[in-house]
Amino acid sequence: MLNDEDRIFTNLYGWESFSLKDAKKRGDWDGTKAILKKGPGWIIEEMQASGLRGRGGAGFPTGMKWSFMPKESDGRPHYLVVNADESEPGTCKDRDILRHEPHKLLEGCLIAGFAMGAHAAYIYIRGEFYNEGSELLRAIEEAYDAGLLGKNAAGSGWDFDVILHRGAGAYICGEETALIESIEGKKGQPRNKPPFPAMAGLYSCPTTVNNVETIAVAPTILRRGGPWFAGLGLNEKNAGTKLFCISGHVEQPCNVEEEMGIPLKELIEKHAGGVRGGWDNLLAVIPGGSSTPMLPKETCETINMDFDSLREVGTGLGTAGVIVMDKSTDVIQAICRLSQFYMHESCGQCTPCREGTGWLWRIMTRMVAGNATVDEIDQLFEVTKEIEGHTICALGDAAAWPIQGLIKHFRPEMEHRIMEYRKAAA
Amino acid sequence: MSTVKLTINDMEIEVERGTSILQAAQELGVEVPHFCYHEKLTVPANCRMCLVEVEGGPPKPAASCAMACGEGMVVRTDSEMVKKARKGVMEMLLINHPLDCPICDQGGECDLQDQAMGYGFDRSRFQENKRAVEDKELGPLIKTVMTRCINCTRCVRFAEEVAGTPVLGQMNRGEDAEIGTFVDELVQTELSGNLIDICPVGALTSKPYAFKARPWELTKTETIDVHDAVGSNIRVDVKGREVMRVLPCLHEDVNEEWISDRTRFSYDGLGNGRLDRPYIREDKKGKLREASWEEAFGFIAKKLKGVKGEEIAGLVGDLAEIESIVALKDLLGKLGSSNMDCRTDGAKFDPSNRAGYLFNSTIAGIDEADAILLVGTNPRHEATLINARIRKAVFERRVPVAVIGEAADLSYKYAHVGSTLQDLEKLAKDYKGKVKSEKPMIIVGSGVFEREDGEAIHNALYKIAEDLGCIKKDWNGFNVLHRAASRVGALDAGFVPQAGGKDFEQIIAGTKDGSIKALYLLGADEFDVHGSIGWKTFTIYQGHHGDHGAARADVVLPGCAYTEKDGIYLNTEGRVQYAKRAAFPPGEAKEDWKILRGLSDVLGQKLPYDTQIQLRDRILGEFKHFSMPDEIAPASWGGFGVKGKVGKEPFVSPVLNYYMTNAICRASDTMRACTLELLNSQEEQLEAAEL
Repeated sequence: MLNDEDRIFTNLYGWESFSLKDAKKRGDWDGTKAILKKGPGWIIEEMQASGLRGRGGAGFPTGMKWSFMPKESDGRPHYLVVNADESEPGTCKDRDILRHEPHKLLEGCLIAGFAMGAHAAYIYIRGEFYNEGSELLRAIEEAYDAGLLGKNAAGSGWDFDVILHRGAGAYICGEETALIESIEGKKGQPRNKPPFPAMAGLYSCPTTVNNVETIAVAPTILRRGGPWFAGLGLNEKNAGTKLFCISGHVEQPCNVEEEMGIPLKELIEKHAGGVRGGWDNLLAVIPGGSSTPMLPKETCETINMDFDSLREVGTGLGTAGVIVMDKSTDVIQAICRLSQFYMHESCGQCTPCREGTGWLWRIMTRMVAGNATVDEIDQLFEVTKEIEGHTICALGDAAAWPIQGLIKHFRPEMEHRIMEYRKAAA
Repeated sequence: MSTVKLTINDMEIEVERGTSILQAAQELGVEVPHFCYHEKLTVPANCRMCLVEVEGGPPKPAASCAMACGEGMVVRTDSEMVKKARKGVMEMLLINHPLDCPICDQGGECDLQDQAMGYGFDRSRFQENKRAVEDKELGPLIKTVMTRCINCTRCVRFAEEVAGTPVLGQMNRGEDAEIGTFVDELVQTELSGNLIDICPVGALTSKPYAFKARPWELTKTETIDVHDAVGSNIRVDVKGREVMRVLPCLHEDVNEEWISDRTRFSYDGLGNGRLDRPYIREDKKGKLREASWEEAFGFIAKKLKGVKGEEIAGLVGDLAEIESIVALKDLLGKLGSSNMDCRTDGAKFDPSNRAGYLFNSTIAGIDEADAILLVGTNPRHEATLINARIRKAVFERRVPVAVIGEAADLSYKYAHVGSTLQDLEKLAKDYKGKVKSEKPMIIVGSGVFEREDGEAIHNALYKIAEDLGCIKKDWNGFNVLHRAASRVGALDAGFVPQAGGKDFEQIIAGTKDGSIKALYLLGADEFDVHGSIGWKTFTIYQGHHGDHGAARADVVLPGCAYTEKDGIYLNTEGRVQYAKRAAFPPGEAKEDWKILRGLSDVLGQKLPYDTQIQLRDRILGEFKHFSMPDEIAPASWGGFGVKGKVGKEPFVSPVLNYYMTNAICRASDTMRACTLELLNSQEEQLEAAEL
């Protein structure tokens, strides 16, 4: 369990104000100039030493990602883009950072931007986060007024601007290249990769897109040193602390900062007050936001919450949005609802996702009622396989995985539903 | 340019860096199915049909159209993973496709149909209801059945990138995504027909061709278009004796793979208003009456009796091929006439130097040009495909374009720097010796010369081209943009006033003062025939449509349209192209050179050729460069024009109605519909905007 002194987000619950004055009391913007003085090379090395992996879901090592940016500009400006389009169902960690800890994010923007040679950061915030955006805007103004952003930011001699860009609420705009398209004023549709944003991103300039949490933890890591962060967590590949969002059938749904690799059971019991009706009432858990395949209760008993442990059991840490479902849940209906979500949020650009997500949802609706054949379960699985890996972005995969998880763990339930329907019909 | 080596299906290939895997595979002859990829358009990689396996990469297939070849890459297009991926994508494409092939005009030449046969499942597993999409109204040329659309966005990219009219787009998202115009508007481009060709399914099909024929019933002939002076390569599809449609043929140096709407859709004019038998008008008040060939020829012989050679004149219209032009020239020569002209638009320029009237840089040269000046021309209407090239230069390489003349919408941005020759001269003076671009181009519309001071303008342009640095050792940037398919050929064949002969204007004046007693019109319709030719002049019209010329004529001799005869045409570059017969002329109409040959016999001035081969021998004997198909004979730069004073009138665009520029278009119902719906609706909109 994480010690209080190792906590990065000390105002996660908004018990203090987000203002610069209070943020400084909590240690934000402390010695930023000194950090920048050590140079981009040191910053990137330290980030690599910390073992921080991207908090947006894919878990790509952050230090390495920053190091992909060209060291010397070829005349094009570099950009940092912060992905605050937090729309993954079950995830609400960035929201609390944006409204309660915005200065951590802004300081992180300056440090990360400086490390990759960018003079501007775009924060792309989800359209629905209206109040959060307004608060972030106030924080940005405070930082400008205090000379922490703008010309000679924080006295470092580095000019740095932060631009807040409001989205319009499309889930797909959380995909980094769709997000870039959206900032450019186009329809939010993912681009083909390669070229990766580090080569040609925003306005065809070298760009790094990072999650809010990734950027917000960077200043503390640099202040306390990479090895401190690496020392927390399960092992060096799954190091540090992580915000977990626990929702669903628990006594106290909450956001909590914990060490990477905390056992799922401990996370739920200690922080969320346990499963509604006791641990034995647990049916399944979606461990990392709606797109990750679910875990049945047996696995939940022992599983650790980190990238690699979860991958081993066929799911992923994703955004660490833990959705707990107790035995009162109609699990087929639950996954059907997710299918509907992915159908609605598919951008329509590439074939398998555009056509497939609708098909999946339609089969799932019939599965909910049981109005299907047992063969169709296999067919449903095949259709998810036809989408997975064949699309431009990962939304296709995200639509496929929950259903694959359902079939893997709850096939008997689905067959039972079909039999029941047949019986009732006969 | 460096190269990379890679292996595709165990075959090694070396390609230029930046080549996509799909292109490399095609080079090797490995078929990679695809829908959204089109080599002339940007690559969205959204159909996902071209997935291939790249060994050593991530464990999922890659879109080969968007993935560049890398050194040492090992690609498989025939592995289990690829086959499964293709099957999956094909199934996805088909689940919401109506599968209405039996009633779809694309049937038989549909990419989706073909690839479904090759790569799809043999049955459907889809049990849900299919999606239906509302059809869009895109004007009189394009029929839409949007339910068939597979959202490949080729049409969106074509409209935006090639045509420069970004009215199409993909609306909504997910499975509600559909292609359409965001607000109700028509696709206002002269290239809209190409949307039909690039659509891989039956979503966009030809409205005039709807339910007319199946591709396997058609006889296909590759030939040359005559609706403008570009000389687009086309394929004429004929069923029975009727032309069913016209499609483009690939010619990278001329029309790439596009054709203009006039070229594509005016074919129904070939069946309307045709002259199918000779007519004669025996007295001036009477009407034309049907006659036999013997009667007509006899009537001409009777009327020409006693008329001196210098009292006879000949004019060649816009659609004539070299064979008939030379035959008429020979006949006039035998009759002792030197009064002949092909510039029936009234253009006055000096035809003595070829470089003075050719598109010297060549059309493909636009791809190299780094600055373009348009003088008195609206290439969008005068030569749509040349305009598309210019747009490509602007779109892909940001070549600066300036215009002197009318400021029309050319589908790209340009600087409007004046409208008179004086403005141009000032520009040339200001920039003399200061032009930094390596390959600057001046494109002069032929309409510039259609005024009194044409020859003086021609002369002034010579100096301006030199001042602006357009003439270099290996680059000639002076270009005249003609509008008539026959013009350059006729000029090269010397169908201009011979020594002491009269030019177009003098011939017309001569018909009024009585010095021209007989006038031979070879398809000459593009001037005010009825109003300008004196009433006493005996006029013979030879052509294929009952248009302006035939209405005035005393004898009408029915000839062939461009689809009905073999012929040589030179486009505005001077490129020699051989057209082939695709259909047969109606009724008693005959090939044009044969009519002239027959008439010469009756007149006692028999032309020395009985077959087309003999005629071609005669032509190629004198004009050697006509014997080189698809070649452009070099023209050496040298002075042209006559020094003189130039008026201050602004240059005006000679094309008033893009859809009605020759007799075939004027007879076409489709072109009439275009005029009504596209042009007039524009005016109505403008009027509405003003109110």
